[in-house]
Amino acid sequence: MARMKFLCDAERCIECNGCVTACKQENEVPWGVNRRRVVTINDGVPGEKSISVACMHCSDAPCMAVCPTDCFYRTDQGVVLHDKDLCIGCGYCFYACPFGAPQYPQEGVFGMRGKMDKCTFCAGGPEKDLSKEEFTKYGSNRLAQGKLPACAEMCSTKALLGGDADVVADIFRTRVLKRGKGSEVWGWGTAYGKPDNPQAQPPQKTGAKS
Amino acid sequence: MRTSGKVLVAGVVVLLASLASGCGERSQVVVYKSGKYQGKTDTKPWENEPGAAPYTTSKWTGGDQTSWETALRTRNQSQNEYSRTE
Repeated sequence: MARMKFLCDAERCIECNGCVTACKQENEVPWGVNRRRVVTINDGVPGEKSISVACMHCSDAPCMAVCPTDCFYRTDQGVVLHDKDLCIGCGYCFYACPFGAPQYPQEGVFGMRGKMDKCTFCAGGPEKDLSKEEFTKYGSNRLAQGKLPACAEMCSTKALLGGDADVVADIFRTRVLKRGKGSEVWGWGTAYGKPDNPQAQPPQKTGAKS
Repeated sequence: MRTSGKVLVAGVVVLLASLASGCGERSQVVVYKSGKYQGKTDTKPWENEPGAAPYTTSKWTGGDQTSWETALRTRNQSQNEYSRTE
């Protein structure tokens, strides 16, 4: 198996935030912490693009490089995880991460920064698999259940793909080659019907000013 | 003269070797070695039995990495409408 990766198709993302909701629900992420979020470029402008962003499980992860307690580790599937028992909540990984993935819950009366929390690719953490301790600290371990991340599996338009990088790349490649554009796009015929006479031309405008 | 030539060649070799080493890749697998990573060791996802959690349709043999990877690849195809509809 290659590495586990996410890939978000900006042509398909409709900014529904279904992935964010799925992640929150699946992992019972506390208030104020967003392991995943949807970012929109040129919001409100025609042609705006949205993309779902979380930890990208970098092959050469900057968070791992800067962590003073070396609490990060990478699994055989290339998933970047961390041990919350070692994390001191210093925030270095937040400054190092180009995607803003590390999140910090506010704890205590003065809102102190808690231990770092981030997307685990639904792979839990270094506690016993599928245990209560693992779920409390890291959330759901779907990989140990033979499932893929909840965000990708719940994506309504399948803009967000997640899984084995080779498989995900194949799916995306097939999509790009087949979907075409305009009325050639996948699902257009199902949603709007196929033209009765494909050769028909729109009526010529009469009396138009030159 | 010949000595300086050898030194130059050796220098070029060392330079090229050091440049090429940047193209290398470290092992992606976690090494639970003292001083390398002080945290807890993590179990492999395929070491769990498929029936450990409800509501999963994936089937693999507990402890068999290959069957687990195959199960995940099969499940991955559910994200591909082209294979689901055509």
